[in-house]
Amino acid sequence: MMLLEMAAEGFGDRVAIGSADGGLTYRGLFNKAGAASERFRSGDNTHVAMADLSSVALPISLFGAAWAGLPFVPLNYRLTDEELSALTTRVSPAVVVVDPDDPDRLAGHAGIDVIERHRLLDLVCGVEPPDPDWTMTGEDTAIVLFTSGTTGQPKAAVLRHRHLVSYVLGSVEFMQASEDDAALVSVPPYHVAGIAAILSNVYAGRRVVQLPTFDAADWVALVRAESVTSAMVVPTMLTRIVGFLDSEGPDGPGLPTLRSLSYGGGRMPLPTICRALELLPTTAFVNAYGLTETSSTVALLGPDDHREAMASAKPTIRARLGSAGRPLPAIEITIRDDLGDEVPIGVPGEIWVRGEQVSGEYRDSPPRLTDDGWFLTHDGGWVDADGFLHVTGRIDDVIVKGGQNISPSEIEESLLGHEAVADAAAIGLPDRQWGERIVAAVVLHPGGAATADELRSTVRDRLRSNRTPDHVEFVAALPYNDTGKLLRRVLRADLAHLGDGSTA
Amino acid sequence: MSDLKPGSRFASSVCSTQVIVVKGAGEVDLRCGGVPMVPAETGAGDGVSADGASDGTLLGKRYVDPDETVEVLCTRPGDGSLSIGDMLLDLKDAKPLPSSD
Repeated sequence: MMLLEMAAEGFGDRVAIGSADGGLTYRGLFNKAGAASERFRSGDNTHVAMADLSSVALPISLFGAAWAGLPFVPLNYRLTDEELSALTTRVSPAVVVVDPDDPDRLAGHAGIDVIERHRLLDLVCGVEPPDPDWTMTGEDTAIVLFTSGTTGQPKAAVLRHRHLVSYVLGSVEFMQASEDDAALVSVPPYHVAGIAAILSNVYAGRRVVQLPTFDAADWVALVRAESVTSAMVVPTMLTRIVGFLDSEGPDGPGLPTLRSLSYGGGRMPLPTICRALELLPTTAFVNAYGLTETSSTVALLGPDDHREAMASAKPTIRARLGSAGRPLPAIEITIRDDLGDEVPIGVPGEIWVRGEQVSGEYRDSPPRLTDDGWFLTHDGGWVDADGFLHVTGRIDDVIVKGGQNISPSEIEESLLGHEAVADAAAIGLPDRQWGERIVAAVVLHPGGAATADELRSTVRDRLRSNRTPDHVEFVAALPYNDTGKLLRRVLRADLAHLGDGSTA
Repeated sequence: MSDLKPGSRFASSVCSTQVIVVKGAGEVDLRCGGVPMVPAETGAGDGVSADGASDGTLLGKRYVDPDETVEVLCTRPGDGSLSIGDMLLDLKDAKPLPSSD
C-alpha cells in the first residue's frame, strides 16, 4: 500500500493500467483499491483470493486486499474445480474474485464468498475511497502463493509486506520510468512474476498492459499497438514469439519500440535466445532467476552480459548466455554440498539464497531456512570464476514444462492406476519448445497390455492436459538403488535419446 | 535514538516527512528538521525545524550517510532535512537495475 500511495502522490495522473488513452491512472487505482477494501472487509473474510485471468481487477484486488489488511491469494484458474476448491478451502473464509465466464466453479462451498470480476469493477466505479486507514505492518502477510512441490500437495508460500517492499526497493527506483514507457505482462497472476510485475511497475511509474491469455501473434500485435517498451516472458513464450517474428520474414516490421525484454521461469533453449538476439538487435535482454519463496528475482544476466557473451569466441564467456547472471546487490548466493558446506568455484551443488526479500516460509510446513537465514532453493547450480550463476535444474526432479512445475509423482500415481501398469516413472527431458518434455517410463505386468496412447489418455483424464506424457516408453524394469530409491538420474541418462538434445 | 532495521518506518516530529529504512541497523540518532524522528505509527509531528535543517525531503528519494552504512527512503515528503545527529544525510544517486519484471 505504501508503494501505491507513493505512486498516487508522485504521479497520480499517469496511466497505471491499460491503454495510454483511457487507462486507469495511479490515483484512480488508489481510489478503487480503497473502495474494494470495503467490500473485502465485509463479512468475516480472512483472505482475498482470485481465480481469474489478468485484468484491471488484479491490481485493484491486490492493493485492495492490502488496504483491508488481508492476505491476497492468486489461484491457478487452470486447476480442476476439485483442486481449486481444495485450495480455496485452505484459506477460507475468503472472498474470491472469479472469472465471469465461469462463475459457478466455487459455488456452494461454505466460507467462500464469490464475487464476479465485473461486479467488483462496477462496485468500485466512481465510489469515494475511505480515508487511508490501513494498519498493516511489515510482518503482516501480503501474499499467499500455492507452489507445487515434489509431493503432490501444493505448499502455501508466504510473502510478507517486508519481503515484497525489500524486493521493490532493492531493485527499482521510484518513478524511474518515463511517461511513455509501457510494460507488457503476459504471465498469469498466480505466478510470482505476475505479482512482482505489478509492484515493480507501479513503483517505477510504468504503465502496465496486460495480455490475459498468451498467444504469440496477439503478444506481438499488442507490443505494436501499445508501443510497449518492456516485457517479461517465460522461455516457452519467447520460443513462440521468435517463431512468429521469423514467419514475418526478413522484411517484417520487428519490434522497434521494445527496449527491454526479460525472461525467466525455466530453462531457456540456447537456439531461442540466440535467434531472439538476432531478431531484436536494439532490445536489451535480461535473464532473471528467482523463486516464489524469494519474492521473485534474486539474480540477473543483464543486457551487456548478453551481447558480450553472444559476440565472444571464448567458450567460457559464451557460456554465460546460459547463466542467470549475478546476484542482485541486496542478495547473497552460495553453493553448498549435501552437508551444507560451501563448494569451490565451478563445482555444482545446491543454490542457497539470503536477503531481506527472501521469505522461505510456508503456511503449513516449517520454513526452509537455516538458522542464519539461508533459504535452500532445492535448485542445483554452480558459480563461475566471474561470479555468474549457472542454474542446472531442480534437485528434487520436478518437471518444468512451459514454465509450469509438474510433480512426477502425480503422473506416476495416475499411470499406476491403470491395471496393466506394474511400475512407472515420469521425468523431464530437454525440449526446445517447452524447456522440458514429459517422458514416462512404464513397466507392464507380465501378460498386461496397454498402448502408449491409452496410457496418455489415462493421465489426461485424471489430471490436467499439461500433465500428459509427451512420450511413453515401455521398459523391462526401472533402475533402483539398494534402498529402493528410484534412480532418476540413471533413467534420465538411459532415455536421453528421447529428448531433442537441446541444452539451455 | 531510533532502533533501525531494514523495513522499519519513521515519521518526522516537525513535518510530514516519513521514511523507511533500506539499510542500517541498531541505535541511530535519526533526525528530521534537527529533531529526533519517531516510529511511524506515532504519526507526524507539528514542531519546528532547527536552523539549517529545513531544506526538505523529496518523495521516493534515497538518503544516505557519507559511509553509506545507513540508507532511508522518503515515503512522504516534508519540509525538514534528514540527519544523523547534526550530520545531514546526502541525496543518493539513483542507479536503477535493468528491469526484470
